Amino acid sequence: MQLRLIKDKFFSKLMLVLTLASVSVLLVIGIGLYYKSIPLLHKLSWGQLLTSSIWKPLKGLFGFYPFIMGTLWVTGIAIIVALPLCLLTSLYIVEYAPARVKRILTPFVNLLSGIPPVIFGVWGVLFIIPLIQKFIAPHFVDFSTGYSVLAGGIVLAVMIFPLIVSIISEVLRTIPQELKEASLSLGATKWETIKKVILRKALPGIVAATVLAISRAFGETIAVLMVCGNNAVAPHSVFDTGYPLPALIANNYGEMMSIPLYDSALMFAALLLFIIILLFNIISRVILTRLERRLVA
Amino acid sequence: MTQTPHISVQHLNAHIANQHILNDININIPDKKVTSIIGPSGCGKTTLLKSFNRLLDNTPDVKIDGKVLVDGENIYDPAAEVTHIRKKMGLLSQRPYPLPMSIYDNVAYGPRIHGTRKKQELDELVEQQLKAAGLWNEVKDRLNTSATRLSIGQQQRLCLARGLAVGPEIILGDESTSALDPVSTAIIEDLFISLKEKYTIVLVTHILRQARRVSDYIIFVYMGKIIEFGPTEEVLLNPQKELTKEYVKGYIS
Repeated sequence: MQLRLIKDKFFSKLMLVLTLASVSVLLVIGIGLYYKSIPLLHKLSWGQLLTSSIWKPLKGLFGFYPFIMGTLWVTGIAIIVALPLCLLTSLYIVEYAPARVKRILTPFVNLLSGIPPVIFGVWGVLFIIPLIQKFIAPHFVDFSTGYSVLAGGIVLAVMIFPLIVSIISEVLRTIPQELKEASLSLGATKWETIKKVILRKALPGIVAATVLAISRAFGETIAVLMVCGNNAVAPHSVFDTGYPLPALIANNYGEMMSIPLYDSALMFAALLLFIIILLFNIISRVILTRLERRLVA
Repeated sequence: MTQTPHISVQHLNAHIANQHILNDININIPDKKVTSIIGPSGCGKTTLLKSFNRLLDNTPDVKIDGKVLVDGENIYDPAAEVTHIRKKMGLLSQRPYPLPMSIYDNVAYGPRIHGTRKKQELDELVEQQLKAAGLWNEVKDRLNTSATRLSIGQQQRLCLARGLAVGPEIILGDESTSALDPVSTAIIEDLFISLKEKYTIVLVTHILRQARRVSDYIIFVYMGKIIEFGPTEEVLLNPQKELTKEYVKGYIS
């Protein structure tokens, strides 16, 4: 009898401890990265590190502006490319596709999320790079190797596609049939119903899906690294090369560690990425709560 | 029954996923009267109602044949244009489903879709329909707040106003009071009675008291077939068919 109650108490406490432990990992990572960045921060101020474009480790110059910009450009392009495609795909799957097509399509979309990033990278090099180099870039710029933030954005867009589609489809499925019927019964067409009722109702869910996808896109490394060109200059157009933060870390960690402060600089890059993702999540959480409140109110 | 029928159903059959839901339905629904469809749950009443504005089309695996004539036009004709058919009918579903927008925009939604753009015209229409649904005094000071803020009874009247705003000829009610409290139910029932001056009203209900109170005619449906059709008093007080008798007495439900 007593033992049962002890067990009950024990497990409830155990779960609390485990939950706290996993949450504290976030804190530990943050503190650890900051601690490792201290040597660099002693040498250069936050302002210098964030705004300088000069990346010359041998001379002790570490400007992270190009990498921050590289990250933002690639992620931005990815979401601009992916979001409309994902929205239309989800709408087709949920609202238009006949049951048979739906059954075939859904596993295919999910399969896409199971493909390892390096394969997307290879696909980018073999397919997207030549496409940009030969067919897209010539219309806009004099010369491009194809290795660009655009290539990174497109590859990334394909990678986050299944995530966004599955979340948005789930959101669309929760919209009651009766709400659609209410609009249809007033003589609205299906497209009018989608535009004015369904998308409006699904807006918080769509925002949430986008946030999740962006968070994932920020950190995506290998596939992006293979197609972006990795040149430490801030991009000014979609056809410029870029060098996102994760690529910087992955490319250099373990090498050239003899250069003073280099190790600390890479840790600082990780810290930056960490902060960007954290800030982004906090901001989007605020936006999402506001949005939900506005829809209810 | 000397009036001209507003909706005329001829040899209507509906199968959903190989189940025969409506079996050779033939009925003439009289103009500017309240007609109630009664019957046990699962008998096909809602399916019959939804066949009138072709919302039935959206059910997966549905097969429909036969004719439904509205104002003499067969709405199941392949050439028939469905939005114009639906515009003729306002639907009031079991629970209110206000659109995710303000009270004003809910009522203005239909007219805007059908091309009314002028602010003044819309203002007048919104006021007029909210008054017709008996909601104007309760909401006139907060037309721009979200419709979901209203009580459920108010929401249902808003949905009625929204349906009336497209200028329908027919109102379809699918157990429209089943989610409402008794006071709101009484308000909606009274609205139906007063609205029949201008509209043909078809209601699905399983509350016999309600059918008796509001309707002029009753259709009794059982297992996808029409068993009996006639004036309310006759069907409820002096049913001709054995099944109707049993249902009215409460033996089958």
